[in-house]
Amino acid sequence: MTHTPIAGLRAPPTTYAALDGAEPLAVTDLLRAENIVKTFGPVTALNGVSLRLRRGEILGILGDNGAGKSTLMKILTGYQPQSSGKLYIDGAETALRSVDHARALGIECVYQDLALANSLSVYHNIFLNREILYPGFHILNNRAMRREAIRCLEEIGVYIPSVDAEVGALSGGQRQAIAIARAVHARARILLLDEPLAAMGAREAALIIDLILRLKAEGNMSIIMIMHNYAQTLDIADRIMLMQRGQVTYESDARSTSVPELMTIVRREYQHFQTHKESA
Amino acid sequence: MARTINSMLRWRELSVIVVAVVLAIYFQIANANFLLSNASLQNLSQFIAPVALIACGEVILMIGGEIDLSAGMVYALAPFLMYFLTRAGLPAPLAIVGALAGAAAVGAVNGMVTVLLQVPSFVTTLGMLFLLNGLTLTISGGTPVGVDASPTLAFIMGRGGYAEFVWAALVVLVMHFMLRNTRWGLHTIAAGANPVGASEAGIRTRELKMVNFVISGALAGLTGILEAFRISSIDPTAGGTHIMFLAVAAAVIGGTPLAGGSGTIAGAMIGAMVLGILNDGFTLIGINAFTFDLILGGAILVAMLCNILIGRYRRRMAVS
Ligand SMILES: Nc1ncnc2c1ncn2[C@@H]1O[C@H](COP(=O)(O)OP(=O)(O)OP(=O)(O)O)[C@@H](O)[C@H]1O
Ligand SMILES: [Mg+2]
Repeated sequence: MTHTPIAGLRAPPTTYAALDGAEPLAVTDLLRAENIVKTFGPVTALNGVSLRLRRGEILGILGDNGAGKSTLMKILTGYQPQSSGKLYIDGAETALRSVDHARALGIECVYQDLALANSLSVYHNIFLNREILYPGFHILNNRAMRREAIRCLEEIGVYIPSVDAEVGALSGGQRQAIAIARAVHARARILLLDEPLAAMGAREAALIIDLILRLKAEGNMSIIMIMHNYAQTLDIADRIMLMQRGQVTYESDARSTSVPELMTIVRREYQHFQTHKESA
Repeated sequence: MARTINSMLRWRELSVIVVAVVLAIYFQIANANFLLSNASLQNLSQFIAPVALIACGEVILMIGGEIDLSAGMVYALAPFLMYFLTRAGLPAPLAIVGALAGAAAVGAVNGMVTVLLQVPSFVTTLGMLFLLNGLTLTISGGTPVGVDASPTLAFIMGRGGYAEFVWAALVVLVMHFMLRNTRWGLHTIAAGANPVGASEAGIRTRELKMVNFVISGALAGLTGILEAFRISSIDPTAGGTHIMFLAVAAAVIGGTPLAGGSGTIAGAMIGAMVLGILNDGFTLIGINAFTFDLILGGAILVAMLCNILIGRYRRRMAVS
């Protein structure tokens, strides 16, 4: 789990259309997915998706509703297995067995639904399924968890009125921050965020964006972030990936594309899909 | 001052305690013998104990949005299991353990059908309710039998005046502590509040739910055995839906919502006390038998409503 970021090695601003196996594995690839397919009965949620996450970067994934973004996340966290395709973590092919397995490898996810238990306190949520226990027993060490939770929230610069408050009583931004705190506290090196800014006002969004950028600046974390807002994504991310109907339709360095360009691509893909459907 | 009020408002069981105290004061004023005589206290404790015991199982299931409708029938079956095991030559303590295992096995079946086949537990345990009733009536031939055990064992297992209440108090204490202070308890509440989220966090929610059905079954069995020892007779028509619904009512009065997501064992205990106070109080005041259930039912409704309203107020205050 201990991991030292390779200093000075920043991802070169390249675009790559396809990941053919012949391409040598870059040392900077922390996570690599190849040709991931996921079907749910007759539904094909992912149809051959490949991605790379480099050390220290933020990868933004954009795409329509139902494009398969959350499905991809849940495969990367070991929540559900892919139907086919391969995952490489630190360059080694890895079959994720469970959420715990992925967590042990330093992969943490903040799901779209946040995975928070509303009737539990802030600190119990931060430590959910990773509780501090009295040695030898399964008895919760609430005092230690409270203390750690306060420290952790302070460290990432998030203000919550009381760690004893029930999470259900907090605002959307605070809840999101708690979910992120949970992942950060777990010493994640790969952080997956599924729509971290969904249904959030400008001020709350600013709080979360600030937090994400600070985590990146600390240099221990690589982040994949699912987003809906193009402008925000281009602001925060180093690289962006566009997903449509279970496939990656476009990838680019964030600096070398723009909102209008992305809009054009989405529209073109959509029209292409429509004509294709009609002729079929 | 504001701090004490605040910490009191955080205390979930506060509202039901208020309801219980107000009722106790009312009946004490209406009938001087209500609390202060040993006989009526013992009577009260014997009403409360089985309701509280079964309610412990219902609470941990209700937190997960489930329910065990068959608890009252497990209650009737378990002492017969004990009886037949004793008849087969097992010493009484082992027969008790065997009967508890049987009750737990019923819970396991309830849990497996509910979780693995994804049948609502309302349906699973409703079926189990009829099935067990038929089973108990069949193996007993419909007639009550006696309990044979040494006087000491019988005393400990319910014959002693407050024995069953002591059992209930112990189980409530242990379960309350476990729900609040162990990993199992925290995960039970988390899985109830957000099932998908809990499993995304890596909690094995299905196994957890099955375990809780087993606990519920075992507790219902224990209750039936204690009651059999208390009245020195094993009755195939004992328990049934009445005791089960009282237990569910106790849980709800105590502050565990039927919709799940949260719950409190101590609250259910006090809920059982509220039911007991209502039951004994109206009996002592001497209400007409026909209107008794009418008044009791109305009072239960009012008690539930009071608790829900006070609880809502408490939450609003705790946030601001
Ligand atoms: N467990 C499941 N069973 C069946 N179908 C599923 C399941 N999970 C996802 N799907 C389907 O897979 C497709 C992709 O869903 P997914 O949630 O990954 O989309 P998304 O890109 O995250 O969309 P959104 O922007 O709305 O969050 C959808 O058609 C969805 O209905
Ligand atoms: Mg999604």
